[in-house]
Amino acid sequence: MSADQLTQHLASGSCHLFDAGCGFPAPGLNEFQFNPIFTVAGVGFNKPMLLSMVAALLVIVFFWVAFAKPKVLPGKLQLVGEIGYDFVKRSIVLDTIGKKGEKYVPMMVSMFFFVWIMNIMSVIPFAQFPVTAVIAYPAGLAAVVWITYMTLTFKKHGFVGGLKNLCWPSGIPGWVMFILVPIEFFSNIFVRPFTLAVRAFANMFAGHLLIVMFSIASWYLLSPSLGALYATTSFTVTLGLTAFELLVQFLQAYILVMLASSYIAGALEESH
Amino acid sequence: MSIALQLAAADFNPLVPKTPELIIGLICFFVVFGLLGKKLLPSIEKVLAERRDLIEGGMERAEAAQAEAQALLEQYRAELSEARHEAARITEHSREQGAALIVEMREEGQRQREAIVAAGHAQIEADKKQATAALRQDVGSLASQLASRIVGESLEDSARQSGVIDRFLDDLEAKAAVAQGASK
Repeated sequence: MSADQLTQHLASGSCHLFDAGCGFPAPGLNEFQFNPIFTVAGVGFNKPMLLSMVAALLVIVFFWVAFAKPKVLPGKLQLVGEIGYDFVKRSIVLDTIGKKGEKYVPMMVSMFFFVWIMNIMSVIPFAQFPVTAVIAYPAGLAAVVWITYMTLTFKKHGFVGGLKNLCWPSGIPGWVMFILVPIEFFSNIFVRPFTLAVRAFANMFAGHLLIVMFSIASWYLLSPSLGALYATTSFTVTLGLTAFELLVQFLQAYILVMLASSYIAGALEESH
Repeated sequence: MSIALQLAAADFNPLVPKTPELIIGLICFFVVFGLLGKKLLPSIEKVLAERRDLIEGGMERAEAAQAEAQALLEQYRAELSEARHEAARITEHSREQGAALIVEMREEGQRQREAIVAAGHAQIEADKKQATAALRQDVGSLASQLASRIVGESLEDSARQSGVIDRFLDDLEAKAAVAQGASK
């Protein structure tokens, strides 16, 4: 919740449970709309833009400090960086693509940490908004993955071979093909990038909405009566959800990079 | 449903990406990707490779050292067993030599003892003979002196006298020998 939204909520929600004529100020899509902080040439610069830049900066600063002057005997920060790097490299990219995946490690490492930090913005005080809950950010990354996927497929197999790689699954009896080929074509070329973007977006969107909902509810329910008990319950749920969201934030970054790797692995597969 | 939500829903579709946000997001990603991919990750990758080399090199060195130690140990063992064999052989040899020496010495001692005993016997025999001869002469002379004193005439000059004495003594010896034989 941004500061202006908070004041808006407080203004509209200065009433509490059991107050006469007071409804619950349910959060909605307005939670994901931001007034521009400033406007340059008619384009508003809003909070998610700022947060995405902060996220990028955090990733760069962290890896700069950890890796710019690496030592054979690593310091603490370098060790943490190496663990993160090794996690993405081995557990995601090389595990999925194999030895040929070495080339795509930098892209996947960048994507993983960029997405993860954007997600984590959800629980950082004053930021408190997962940047990936705005579809444009995951959509841009999904586009990058999709372009890489298509480029690799057609570069490796040629045009016909590439199409075959995309639509012609192996080991399937011929008579199923007339159903399967259109499905595969549609799935690999159109559905994959869409789901890649929407999965990350929807998870963060829903998670943020839940946290905001219970936060506002905690405030709304607070009253010097039975409401205090309700408010406490709601607040506890908020804390639990926040912890759960931490897990989801990591998981979504992991899944995005994992799927991107598996698409690349599919593109690099030997033709059958 | 709040008024805000209804208003928002009218002109806001959360599933449609807005171009400025798309561009900013992509720029941010490519800045991260560029710096990590071009500078930071190659730099750490180099150090990781260096570390791997160091560890593997260390392991190789340790393996080589171990192999060398093993070879040395085997060599020592072989030498030790050879030395043991040698020692056993030498001991056996010296034992045999010692035994032979003892036998030889014993034989030598025996021989010397026999020689000494024989020499002693010869000496004794010679002494006896000499003593017998001297005694015979003395006894002859004493007997003749005594006889001449009794008879009153000298028998000493006569050449026969000695023959007589000798015969007498021979008889005496023969008698003594007979007596000795009888007494046995």
